[in-house]
Parts: sequence; structure tokens; C-alpha cells
Amino acid sequence: MMPPRPRPKSFEHFRDVQAELEQSGAALFKDAKGIESLVVRFPYSVNYIHSYAEDTPFFLGLSEGRLRGSKCTSKDCEFVYATPRGHCMVCGKPTAWFDLPTSGRVHAWTTCHFGSEAFLSETPYNLALVEFEGAGSLLLVRLKECAESDLYIGMPVEARFDPNPKYSITDVWFVPAEGALTP
Amino acid sequence: MYVVTGGVTKFAKAHPAMDFRLMVKRALDAALKETPNLTKERIQGSRISYFSDHFARQLKAASMVQDYLGLNPKGSVRIEWGGATGGECFQAAYEAVASGRMDICLAAGFETMSRVATWKGNEFIALASDTNFDFPLGGFYTGYYALMVIRHIYEYLRKTRFAHIKDERQAQKTAIAEGQRIMSMVSVKNHLNALHNPYAQYPKQLTVQDVLHSEMISYPLTREQICTMSDGAAVAILCDEERAREFTDRPVRITGVGCGTDTMRLADRPFGKVPLMRSERVADYRHLDYPGVHSFRAGRTAGLEAYRMAGISDPKTELSFIELHDAYASSEIQTYEDLGLCRYGEGYGFVESGAPFLKSIRYPFPTPRAGTIPVNPSGGLIACGHPVGATGLMQAVFALWQLQGRIRKNYGDGTLQIQNARRGAIHSHAGTGSAVTVSILERGF
Repeated sequence: MMPPRPRPKSFEHFRDVQAELEQSGAALFKDAKGIESLVVRFPYSVNYIHSYAEDTPFFLGLSEGRLRGSKCTSKDCEFVYATPRGHCMVCGKPTAWFDLPTSGRVHAWTTCHFGSEAFLSETPYNLALVEFEGAGSLLLVRLKECAESDLYIGMPVEARFDPNPKYSITDVWFVPAEGALTP
Repeated sequence: MYVVTGGVTKFAKAHPAMDFRLMVKRALDAALKETPNLTKERIQGSRISYFSDHFARQLKAASMVQDYLGLNPKGSVRIEWGGATGGECFQAAYEAVASGRMDICLAAGFETMSRVATWKGNEFIALASDTNFDFPLGGFYTGYYALMVIRHIYEYLRKTRFAHIKDERQAQKTAIAEGQRIMSMVSVKNHLNALHNPYAQYPKQLTVQDVLHSEMISYPLTREQICTMSDGAAVAILCDEERAREFTDRPVRITGVGCGTDTMRLADRPFGKVPLMRSERVADYRHLDYPGVHSFRAGRTAGLEAYRMAGISDPKTELSFIELHDAYASSEIQTYEDLGLCRYGEGYGFVESGAPFLKSIRYPFPTPRAGTIPVNPSGGLIACGHPVGATGLMQAVFALWQLQGRIRKNYGDGTLQIQNARRGAIHSHAGTGSAVTVSILERGF
């Protein structure tokens, strides 16, 4: 007969259960009525094969230091998208690529002091929705080289591109334009 | 179409002693206890909702609920629509009965969010934003709502109350401070209301200062202005008119359903015109680009559809209460405007007037017009918790009890009972307003 495995440790606080899982991978949670539940650690990770598909020219563009939007090809519509999309959401016609200006203005902003686990180590970071002259939609970006107390709606900002692109939306970020922070 | 009974588990940070199947079973047992003539055997099928396969780590979890409840081989389908999952589930059950496909349909929802750490949970939720353009920037839903409220404050406080301040940056900072103060009043309201709701996860006595000084999560939103993650389940049983009275002498009638959607990315929201409530005029919004990122067009769309169906022209006077999706104190204020409780731009003043507060509770500031149209008498998501797939159904259950006059019986405390509640609305909302449902419930006795 197999020797019995020692019974997992029992805790009355769930946070202690979580701490124990890091140590031994199993613990018992005992609730107020004395009922025990066996709790185990279950690792769960995956490398997802993600295709940018019809958005590909945008991400390749970033790696070349270009910010690309898309414009509806219908003469009756000509809607201009700062966040590109393959087909126009107004009329349904295909769009064509064009180069957006690399400067714009802050339409809305925030400073994230917390974030998803994947980005916690980068906090605090600023997010901004940027508006561009002539475009009917916005672009969400990180805003760097400025602090929460510097930010305001209407602030002129300029694009910067990562010289070592990672084929992610983070290959572009914005910074305050010259003079944007002086009163 | 009628709701005849409902049940909820207490929402909690973690329910390690119950898996999702047992939570739903407990909620169903509580519901069936109210209606002795309605046995499980008579339920003809179900609509079952949960938001995230990541949180469940069990695909087809709804099948396992159907199985555990002993409802096989009857028909069922899983409903998912982000944060509005519970509200969509309620309307799916409504449609199952309204179409004649079933006479009696169970709407059941749950979420088990305690199975991962809070910031991992935020990551799972953020995966419900565009994974090409939004998520990799630091995808964080509180951040998205913070972007929206910064613009809402700019449109509706900076340009009005603080229009006289010449220095643009100073004016914006002053407006944000004012917005934070008023959002904190909403948080105080919902936490205080919940002190009388035994199902709530975070009932608390708070002051505006407590809320303002709680941890900054994403500027300008602080911890106490944001709902938390929860474990919980809720069910509602819907049936046709013929059977409703057999099961209860206090059936509640569903007189309106509405649903709206909007773009997934905030960046794509249009700058167009406001779809008008009956009390509004084109001239009211001559200078407003709508919805932009300040308002929820899906909420306005859902409200208009539901009001039209229920024959409501002035929701503020024709509804006795609203249980709405206050995942953030900011979105509660934005939603007042979407649902026509006040005009766009009047949300902050609406809070200060006291209109959405309860008459039966003393808040730590004046609420002169308390009782006008109580919003989130239960405590809402901010204080009750937000186990996503259950939340919209929790609202249905609390609304049912309000209309039945059974708050005292079911909460063990009558403070939150709205006297002569005749008609209420429930409002369920998915990420940044990408989908919203509104359902109107009325006393059917």
C-alpha cells in the first residue's frame, strides 16, 4: 500500500489559501460552517498565434516609422479613420491606406496607476485618445514624457516610433509637442 | 410575459466552497422556495449566462449547469455579451417565452472571478477590448472608463460651470475636481444603501472624503468609485400570463425590452447627433458631438426602444426606481443622461439635487429631492459586487422584490423598499458601452 500523502494544510482565510498554493500547490479552505474545500493550483498559459490580417499594413507601417490611417473609397462617403479599418463602418465600402499626420491633439486622457497583470510593472502610464486634423475617428496611444499633472484636453502631441519594432501598437507612442507643457 | 420568482446567492470576493454549478443550484432553490406550485419539472428550458471562459476555465460551463440542475434533456443555450451578459440572458428568456417556444423559461447566470488574482482578472476583462489596437497598450477597463469620464467632465463641467475660467488648464483641473466630488456622492449613496441589503458584498458607511482619498486606480477614478470582482449566481423564472398567476399572487410583468450596441473601440465612436427622448429638442444639443467618448449611445438606444414598447414618455416620473449598471460611479452619472432621467449635461446637477437618492436613508450631505427616482436602491454593482454573468439577473431579482413589495421579507430589512413601487427599469452594460440592455418591469397585480 502507498504511504498516505500528508493532508494539505487548512486555512480559514482565502488569502492564506492562495499563499499556500504558491508553496505546495494544494490547501484546504475551511469556511465558517467548518466545511472544507480542497483548492489546488492549476497553471494555465498559452502562446496564441495572432494574425493582424487586414490590419497588417498599419503594423508594418509602424516598423517603418509611418502612421497609417484608412479612408473610405466611396466618393459619396470618404470617411477618414485614424484607427484604420478595412471596410467603412458608415457605408460598407472598402477603405484605402494613407499616411496620417504624425502630430495631433489630446481628445481624452488618463493615468493608469494599476493595470492588467501583464502591464503592472509599467505603471503609472498615460493613455490618450488622439485626434488628427481631417480624421473622423481617434487613435488610442501611450503618452510619454509627461506626468499626470501636465495633461490636458487639447494638448498638442507628436508621434515617436520604436527603432526596434515589436510589431505591436506600442511601436508608436506620443509625446507633448514643443511648448505644449509651458503655460 | 412575466417574472414570477428569482433568487441570488450572496455575492462575495470568493466562494471557495461552491463551484459555479452549486452556486446556480442554490439560487434556483431559493427561487423555487418562493413558488410552491412551480417545480423544477415544469421548467421547459433555460438560458444560461456567464461572461468569461477564462474565469471559468471550463468551456461549456453552461452545459454543466443545465446538467447539475437536472434540466437535461430540455433545451438551453449559453448567453454571453460582455458586462451585459446577465441583461441579455434575461431578454433571451423573455424571447423564448414571447415566441411561444416555451411557457416557462429559466434565466440563470453566474461568474467565479476569485479563481485568479485581481490584476490577472483585469487582464481577462481587458481581453474584451480590441487585441490589435487597445489591449497591448496596457489594456485596462478602468483606464478606458477614465478616458470617457475625463471627456464627460470636459463637455459638461468645464464648458458650463467653469466656462468663466480663462486659463484652459486651470479650468480643466477645477472641473475634474468637481467631477470627482460628485462621483464620490454616487459611491457614498450606493455603499450606504447596501448596508440594508444582506446580499451585498461591500456595504459601507463612507463619506465623500473617504471616497476621494481612497487609492487612485486610473485618474480620476479612485478605488471606491469602482466595482469589484465577485463570485455569485442569480436566477429569474419567466413565464406567460396564463401560468403567472398559478405560481404567485404577485407576478411582475415585463412591458418593455431594449438593446443597443456601439463600436468596440472607443476610438471609433462617431461624432453625430443625439437620438432624442420625447422631452428633448434638437436645439438642446446644437453644439454637442454625440456620442464621442463621453456618452453611451448604446444605452440611449436601448432606453428608447424599451420606453417605446412600455409606453413611457418621461422616465423620471413614470418609473419608480432604476437598478442600473454602475461598474463605475462615472458610468452611473453618464447613464442618468442616456436613460433620459435628465438631459445630457445635467447628470452632475442631478446627483447634487438628490434625485437618485432614497428618502429613507440619511446621507452625509443634503439630498433635497431624494426619492424623485431612486437609482440603485440595492447598492448597485459598486456595493453589491459584479459577478458578470449574474449581475443583470441580480438586478432583475431585486427589481422583482421591489415591485412585489417583498424587500423587507427578502432583505430582512424594509429600509430599501420603495413605497408603492409600480414600475422599474433594469439596465445591463458591456465594456465602454459596446452593448446595453434595458428592461421595464411592472407590477402585474
